[in-house]
Amino acid sequence: MHSIKKKGFGRDLKESFIKNVFKISGLLTILTLLGIFALLLYTAVPAFREIDLKEFFTSTRWDPTSPEKPEYGLLSMLVSSLLVTAGALLLAFPVGLAVAAYLSDVAKPKTREIFKPIIELLAAIPSVVIGFIGITLIGPLIARVFKMSHGLTALNGSLLLAIMALPTIISISEDALRAVPQSYAEASLAVGANHWQTLIRVKIPAAKSGIIAAFMLGMGRAIGETMTVLMATGNARSFPHGFLQSVRTLTANIAIELGEVPYFTTHYYALFALGLVLFVLTFIINLTADLIMEKQKRKLQ
Amino acid sequence: MSRSIKKSKKNKLEKSALAQLIGFFFLRLAIYAVLFVLIYFLYDIGSKGYKSISWEFLTEAPRKGMTQGGILPAIVGTFLVTMITAIVAVPLGMAAAVYLNEYARAGRLTRLIRLSIRNLAGVPSIVYGLFGVILFVNILKFGTSVLSAGLTLGLLTLPWTITASEEALKSVPDTYREGALALGATKWQMIKTNVLPYSIPGMLTGAVLGLARAAGETAPIMFTGAAFYLPYLPRSLKDQFMALPYHLYIMATQHHAIDKARGIAYGTALVLIVFIVLFNLGAIIIRARLRNKWRN
Amino acid sequence: MFNKKTGQKMKGLIHLGLVLALALFSLIQPGLAQKKMIQIKGSDTMVNLVQILAEEYMAKNPGAAIAVLGGGSGTGITALINGTCDIADHSREWKQKELDLAYEKGVRPRIFAIAVDALSIIVNEKNPLDTLTMAQVGSIFRGEIKNWKVLGGADQKISLYGRQSNSGTYAFLQEHVLNNKNYSPEVKEMNGNAQIIEAVTQDLSGIGYVGVGYLYDENGNVRRGIKVLKIKKDENAPAFSPLDKEAVYSAKYAISRPLYQSTNGKPSGLAADFIRFELSLEGQAIVEKEGFFKIGQELMEQNLKNLK
Repeated sequence: MHSIKKKGFGRDLKESFIKNVFKISGLLTILTLLGIFALLLYTAVPAFREIDLKEFFTSTRWDPTSPEKPEYGLLSMLVSSLLVTAGALLLAFPVGLAVAAYLSDVAKPKTREIFKPIIELLAAIPSVVIGFIGITLIGPLIARVFKMSHGLTALNGSLLLAIMALPTIISISEDALRAVPQSYAEASLAVGANHWQTLIRVKIPAAKSGIIAAFMLGMGRAIGETMTVLMATGNARSFPHGFLQSVRTLTANIAIELGEVPYFTTHYYALFALGLVLFVLTFIINLTADLIMEKQKRKLQ
Repeated sequence: MSRSIKKSKKNKLEKSALAQLIGFFFLRLAIYAVLFVLIYFLYDIGSKGYKSISWEFLTEAPRKGMTQGGILPAIVGTFLVTMITAIVAVPLGMAAAVYLNEYARAGRLTRLIRLSIRNLAGVPSIVYGLFGVILFVNILKFGTSVLSAGLTLGLLTLPWTITASEEALKSVPDTYREGALALGATKWQMIKTNVLPYSIPGMLTGAVLGLARAAGETAPIMFTGAAFYLPYLPRSLKDQFMALPYHLYIMATQHHAIDKARGIAYGTALVLIVFIVLFNLGAIIIRARLRNKWRN
Repeated sequence: MFNKKTGQKMKGLIHLGLVLALALFSLIQPGLAQKKMIQIKGSDTMVNLVQILAEEYMAKNPGAAIAVLGGGSGTGITALINGTCDIADHSREWKQKELDLAYEKGVRPRIFAIAVDALSIIVNEKNPLDTLTMAQVGSIFRGEIKNWKVLGGADQKISLYGRQSNSGTYAFLQEHVLNNKNYSPEVKEMNGNAQIIEAVTQDLSGIGYVGVGYLYDENGNVRRGIKVLKIKKDENAPAFSPLDKEAVYSAKYAISRPLYQSTNGKPSGLAADFIRFELSLEGQAIVEKEGFFKIGQELMEQNLKNLK
């Protein structure tokens, strides 16, 4: 009796130890997310010893090295980021949804097997290559079409970001469409609707939450993109007045200035403040998408 | 049924059939448009890049201000930093996935972990770069190095390795688990003998996909270790390194030898794409084979 | 079957394999293959020139390793302050704030002028304009003059190309031509001289500023597609082109500036030797060959003093 008890205890200890090792790995993810937020916050706060909070959020001028009057206003860059993202979604959302619908409702299983890897391939193209194509191909194309002198504009950024957001929107929308119970579609067909009407009037509305989530995650992807916009949108500081203008996004600005700024100066801290804004923005977008998807999951259960 | 009602019913059917035809046509159009864009991009890089590719290009260091020679240091640098990324992201990813799929019970903590994973996947790459600069370069004093860049990329890749590993674990049928437990195995023994051996191929496939993505990232390595022209390969983890995506970025935007730079940029882009496409195709094929194995 | 090509291919493959293996191996053994290496970071205007100087030096001194990186003058000075480079290239002078920061961190910069640049204003070759006064250049880049027709050209909006704030050229132009006023927010901020040249070549209403070394292609001819404007100090002065070497050497060209390198304290070892090489007859000949200008006697004397 005594020896068996001992063996059991030792084994339990080992099991519990192993479980905790795995648990810690899981907890590390929470730690990392909190750590990123905390460190960004910690490094951004000193910036506001010298920068006026109101100026930071409402001024349209970002010119920390100006000999006249250094100014730290993110509004132009924020609007630029939103503008480019909006343009991207305008294109990517309908196209993405259409592709998702095609894959879930029209394509034969074998066709799906071929197209899915192709879309994954699109997602695998690095952002720097997409940006490069923006400089060499799409930019000049825009210049030709709109009879402008150059193509490094918000439109260029939007087109490229649309391509980058597509795979995300497609895969999540497709998942959402396929999660709609078969019974919904069967019922619709039974009352005489054809496949198209079933898709439009039954399946898509039923998958609404997932599709909205796909939209939001695509938005998050577009707002957070750095290299593509850095290379393709011209990086002019001015407040954007349209798609055919050169713009400078939050992400591109950080990438431009982080290399030249001496560590632990106001300018350095200010860049981390921009990073914090980006982090909070994408966090809110992702959290919203998360909550929507959870609601959907619970509904279907 | 009277004739007029029959006719209107027929019209309605015709209209909706037409709607379906047009509707599905647009759906097809969408996917062919996407296909076209992909093929056109790859063709553009391929056709303009292959002229620069040669054995010299792939196996020699750059000379004469980067206008001659090749991009070997960038290939090696990318390889090295990706290795560090793998060491960080793959074991941790697998372990976290094992916890989530095998041990964790539904509850607030588990939801929080999953939330964190999804949010980490959505953090912009430049924000990872900022984090890397403050934590690895400055606080931990690793400086701009392979180590700092690799650790930064490792964190960026972690959500992907976790997700891929979890999928691999999920695809192992529960009967395998139940069988082992019925015979008296402990949880860990069951995982070790009845789950891991079948899921590791899938986990590694997912890891390869995640690493291919990391290899193409520029923003996280720009300020944590990547450099443009180094006359020697990195001799230790504390050295800076050249990298393919950063090389492409500089060649495309900053480089002074304007005439030659474009060709070299295309060549670099082609090499980068080929590596990534090969890795992705390989992983996809392996994954498809594994799926077929499971089905049978 | 085993011809030269196969042999070369195999050689390449083995080479690649060995290098990868060596790289892996040397990561575990950091002490292996220790060669002295210095890092030079900074000005994009100077990066081409300094890279070529470094290659010449390394060819004569095998065993020396000099890494030349760009990033802009601001990046170079920052790197020197942060301690992440040995020599900083910069095409403008240190700002007071930077000097204060350096002293705070215990960095004592020693400054050397290694070449002279004639900052050039370029437009598209089809632009009818030939000459501008300094004041006009300032107005254009401040955004006060917005259309070419004001200057006698076509009725076209002026398309501005410039550098980013980390660029010494950006800062130099701002100080000496824009009179320390803000740039127009419409300036498209490019990553380097090369991008500006490319943009102006394709943009009929474009105007930009670049270092003189970038005007020439690899054969020493002025690049096609761009027109280099002649600059007048004021309305009544004669106009000079940065391509006119005599004008630059006699300070008749209005926008010229020294190109600097800074070290932390007195340079020693490889850094000192390399700087000496750059200042030598051979080094200065390379400077001229790359399109820039040799430094004058006064600057040279100051350099030699700083080396001691």
